[in-house]
Amino acid sequence: MDSLKLLPVLILLGPAAALAQSPTFGLGRTPSADEVLAWDISISPTGMELPAGSGTAEEGALTYRRKCARCHGADGTEGRAPRLVKSSRGSDANPWSYGRVLPIRAPYATTVWDYINRAMPLNREGSLTHDEVYSLTAFLLDINDVIPEGTVLDAQSLPMVVMPNRDTWAELPDWKPGMPRLLGYPY
Amino acid sequence: MGVKRPNRRDFLKRGAALAGGVTLGAAEPVIRKATASAQSIEEQSQEVPSQEVQDWSSDELVAYGERSQHVTSVREPVNGRPSPDDFDLVFHIGTPLEEQVGAITPSSLFYFGTTRGSIVPTIDPAKHRLMIHGLVDRELIFTMDELKRFPSVTRLHFIECAGNGSSPRRGRLIESHGMTSCAEWTGVLLSTLLEEAGVQADGTWIVAEGVENVRGASSLPMAKAMDDIIVAYAMNGEPLRPQQGFPLRIVVPGFEGILHVKWLSRIKVVDRFYMTYNDYGHLRQDPDQAALSYQVGPKSVITWPSGGLDLPGAGFYEVRGLAWSGGGVVSRVEVSTDGGENWMDADFRGTPQRMAHTAFSFNWTWDGSEAMLMSRCTDELGQVQPTRAQRKGGLDNSIQPWRVQSNGSVTNGLA
Repeated sequence: MDSLKLLPVLILLGPAAALAQSPTFGLGRTPSADEVLAWDISISPTGMELPAGSGTAEEGALTYRRKCARCHGADGTEGRAPRLVKSSRGSDANPWSYGRVLPIRAPYATTVWDYINRAMPLNREGSLTHDEVYSLTAFLLDINDVIPEGTVLDAQSLPMVVMPNRDTWAELPDWKPGMPRLLGYPY
Repeated sequence: MGVKRPNRRDFLKRGAALAGGVTLGAAEPVIRKATASAQSIEEQSQEVPSQEVQDWSSDELVAYGERSQHVTSVREPVNGRPSPDDFDLVFHIGTPLEEQVGAITPSSLFYFGTTRGSIVPTIDPAKHRLMIHGLVDRELIFTMDELKRFPSVTRLHFIECAGNGSSPRRGRLIESHGMTSCAEWTGVLLSTLLEEAGVQADGTWIVAEGVENVRGASSLPMAKAMDDIIVAYAMNGEPLRPQQGFPLRIVVPGFEGILHVKWLSRIKVVDRFYMTYNDYGHLRQDPDQAALSYQVGPKSVITWPSGGLDLPGAGFYEVRGLAWSGGGVVSRVEVSTDGGENWMDADFRGTPQRMAHTAFSFNWTWDGSEAMLMSRCTDELGQVQPTRAQRKGGLDNSIQPWRVQSNGSVTNGLA
């Protein structure tokens, strides 16, 4: 099966095989820079793709009340949707003790920004302005004691936020084909 | 489903009943003793048990076949969580593996889950696009028609949700193992598309993203992307089902279900682990746990008999099950009938394939005394399925015991 896949490659390349970097099949088209920009909502932990805009927890609290509280509860703990605030059962010494609460467990603030931007509010995804996403992120980080009061989050400051779980998660293995599930583990 | 035509069907049934006296519905089959005298074909046909008349000419039966009205296996929401829920979100739906025959799960019964609950999107394939961009020499956008022109692969692969797992509280197979299924997938190898785009030296990870409402996205290492990930547009001989990502998804052989991004529209080549929402939920504190939550371990389960499927009495049974591993091909399956004291090799039914469900069977003559049925999988890497006590974490691949009591009742051996 795999060798068959190579057949058209060899036929098409022919004498030009030295140009290994050129496209082989010539299918598809090149998107414009604007198209890529409009489509690309991924945010690196470095914040490279973060757009212009800014927000504070104070502004975020207002937006939260209007657009989030109906599902997540007035204070982020009692809604039908996932809890957004750490509970008194855990301890700041171990962020894992709070369970899976996004603004605590996420190692980078960009993950919080990205998820609000791509997936909230439910059924009106993509309707938040960039300022609203910055301010809601600031609100969630503020009520979880991650950032000091009055912090302005924007493309420069947001990636600099040191999240509680930044250094306490385990790296995934450097996966290679044919690798066992866990080195040295017979099961 | 098309509009039913009960009147016409009923008319045909009535007509047939009047003409031939054939048994209908739930009535007892009419079986007449053969006599020495010559029989008409009509009389002979009445010796066939349970013969009924169905209207096989209706539109829905001609255009897209239905199963028999007597075959009733269905999926069900996992852990009793309503799906769709209060928000119309669709959560995890298990497949009735105990009624599956062979290694392939019918598309209609394939388990499914969504990213954090999402609404299954309705996508016009004529308008759907896949963009490959980021750290590549040539950013590219493909239509579905263009993707189908690439050299394709067709391979069997299982998908399994990390939420699958045995528990004393999960008494039936669909509850403990219902979130894995296996299909024949057809599509383009992602490596083919990435080579077309030309991955740059610092492109070490990809982010794959869907177009459903929450834009589910997962990160994968480039080594896996270049190895065997399929950008799939078909399953089991037809286009993907909407719940399986129509018109496009990735299949990541042997890796946990959440990484098999559905409704795929964008692949970004990046220089690091991007830590999407899906990725963050997958994090673990302990390095071993993190490793175990990536590639599915060697796993098997006896699907028949299993919890709730009681045996009618002592005698011969073909014990059946499925085995699979994220590490490659299943090389051996053993069965124990005495709770793991003694193990005997099971037979493969069909040829084992990499990261695919493999059906196995074991001939068993039950003497009517209490038994504990178990199966154990070994894969081509030499990885052996652990017992529940040996299990370290990650997606639960531990051995599932089924207790057979002398009255024939079959229950979860963990309970």
